[in-house]
Amino acid sequence: MSHIGSYDERVKNFDWKISEDELGYKEGDPINIGWYCTDRICEMGKADKLALIWEGSAGIEKRYTYDDIRKATNTIGHFLRSLGIRNEDRVCLFMDKIPELYLGFLGILKIGAIAQPLFSAFGDESLFIRLENAQTKAIITQKKHVPKVRKILDKMPWLEHIIVVDQDPAKPLMEREVAFDLEKAPKIDQFDLFTTYKESPSVLHYTSGTTGQPKGVKHVHGSLISQYLTAKWVLDLHDEDIYWCTADPGWVTGTSYGIIGAFSNGVTQCVLDAGFSADNWYRFIEKHKVTVWYSAPTAIRSLMKAGDEVVKKYDLSSLRHLASVGEPLNSEAVIWSEKVFGKPFLDTYWQTETGCIVITNYPGMKIKPGSMGKGFPGIFATVVDTETHQPFTESGKIGLIAIKPGWPSMMRNYWNNEETYKKKFVNGWYIPGDRSSIDNEGYFWFVGRDDDVINTGGHLVSPFEVESALLEHEAVAESAVVSKPDFVNMEVVKAFVTLKPGFIASKELDLQIMNFVRKKLSPLAMPQEIEFVDSLPKTRSGKIMRRILHAKEWGEEIGDTSTLEDD
Amino acid sequence: MENMHDVVREYVVNEYVEDDTEVTNDTPLISGGIVDSFSMVSLKRFLENKYNISIPDDKATPEAFDSVNKICTLVKEYIG
Repeated sequence: MSHIGSYDERVKNFDWKISEDELGYKEGDPINIGWYCTDRICEMGKADKLALIWEGSAGIEKRYTYDDIRKATNTIGHFLRSLGIRNEDRVCLFMDKIPELYLGFLGILKIGAIAQPLFSAFGDESLFIRLENAQTKAIITQKKHVPKVRKILDKMPWLEHIIVVDQDPAKPLMEREVAFDLEKAPKIDQFDLFTTYKESPSVLHYTSGTTGQPKGVKHVHGSLISQYLTAKWVLDLHDEDIYWCTADPGWVTGTSYGIIGAFSNGVTQCVLDAGFSADNWYRFIEKHKVTVWYSAPTAIRSLMKAGDEVVKKYDLSSLRHLASVGEPLNSEAVIWSEKVFGKPFLDTYWQTETGCIVITNYPGMKIKPGSMGKGFPGIFATVVDTETHQPFTESGKIGLIAIKPGWPSMMRNYWNNEETYKKKFVNGWYIPGDRSSIDNEGYFWFVGRDDDVINTGGHLVSPFEVESALLEHEAVAESAVVSKPDFVNMEVVKAFVTLKPGFIASKELDLQIMNFVRKKLSPLAMPQEIEFVDSLPKTRSGKIMRRILHAKEWGEEIGDTSTLEDD
Repeated sequence: MENMHDVVREYVVNEYVEDDTEVTNDTPLISGGIVDSFSMVSLKRFLENKYNISIPDDKATPEAFDSVNKICTLVKEYIG
């Protein structure tokens, strides 16, 4: 029996108090995500239960009980305090998916500081922009990523500590660097938690927009109330489950459901810190008897590409429930998963700003392959007209997704960017920036983004950021960045580039520019294709018309070109 | 004459390794997290430029790119 039971009944009788009561929380009480994910589970009599099974790329495995993670997070919190880190200081986590990332996140929250997880593949420029915006006081990282921090250190006087979790004792530390070995540090059993409340800031996740620099999405400790219940009802986490969320905690899925949702529900979760290969993923499921698997369309399509034969080599009968997030899950992938795993991947829709799943398919509900499902009980979502922002009264019309604000994990602000935050609300609706329609049974059907942001493999990439990076290359005069279709990643980055005098387009220059962007920003932002052109389409006022380039890539109508400048 | 294994290994180390991690001809590159799936595109482009070949997308799989040895085996299939 699924936790949600009847969706319609849940909608009718919903109150967030259901979640608060299960968590033992009363309005006005202190609430700390770090405590709820560790100490509370131990107090419920599950101290010896496995909380985390971690496997590295070299086959190394580490196992932690809930009591282990309680003490480890205390130990990290204690160490951070000894460095002078205090509540609301920003502490960046810049690591691969190693245990210190998961435990460090909760340790930071226990002292009331704000966790700022960043994707470890970010290049130095992407890292700097986000650390500068947050005025981050400390960064926890691995020795392999320290060179990127050192490269930008002179520009960051506010960054006081670089904490290296795997420092080689034989190698010298440099300015502001400090070694911290979690396994060797004295375990802290009793810890004086910083008292946080529902509105105390907890997490700062960065997300990209069409224009401007990335925005720091601020969440609060009260977000737990949404994340706990959505994990329980949508991912259907039961006490005996072995759960695998494949997302990296550098992104919001990896924290909301790869840390908070899983641990606050007291389940055992597995983490695989290795690159993708179909064999390795299936082997991992078989070995750990994964029952609930939360992954992404890109990964699912990569598995499809690897073929059905490889699936047959493994015993995947432990799988009970599959869900997907990051970008729309195409109907072919839903049908394929039903064929090879005997159950469909259920699509879930949400974003960094919403903090939790807001529109989704539920266990037991009729699945329409390709549909996003229905709004989570207690979260009222609809589709509004793009001009008037009034909800449609008829089904099937395409407009903007709109959500009534007020659920516990809704973002509280963009860090130091109140103006952009306010623009996300129109006529009393929160507008996520996606287009959709609703059918006559209330199911949402995703259509596309309402802006130029590129969703590649479930990660948002700002064309502005990529264009800015391209312009820093010595050969590039002008650039325009759009998405192009891709089977695995749904869309990938494509750049149109004009060259400065003296530079000639060549295969070597093409590769050099690709690698330049990859190292500066990230592999996600690297153009997968660069087209050298003589000129870019512009308006008469000189603004580059990305829309025209985008339409050509997707085989769409170009539309109104009356403002296009003459050649 | 350049040794293909040395050329590929040197390129991987220079482009994708930030610290002093040692890369041998058998080191897992993709499953080992040294080269991610997005970066594989630039590695494929390098091989195509260097050896004047075209590797079909369906052959450029994470498994085929998972070590210097495997990459060289793949490249040799397409060198005339």
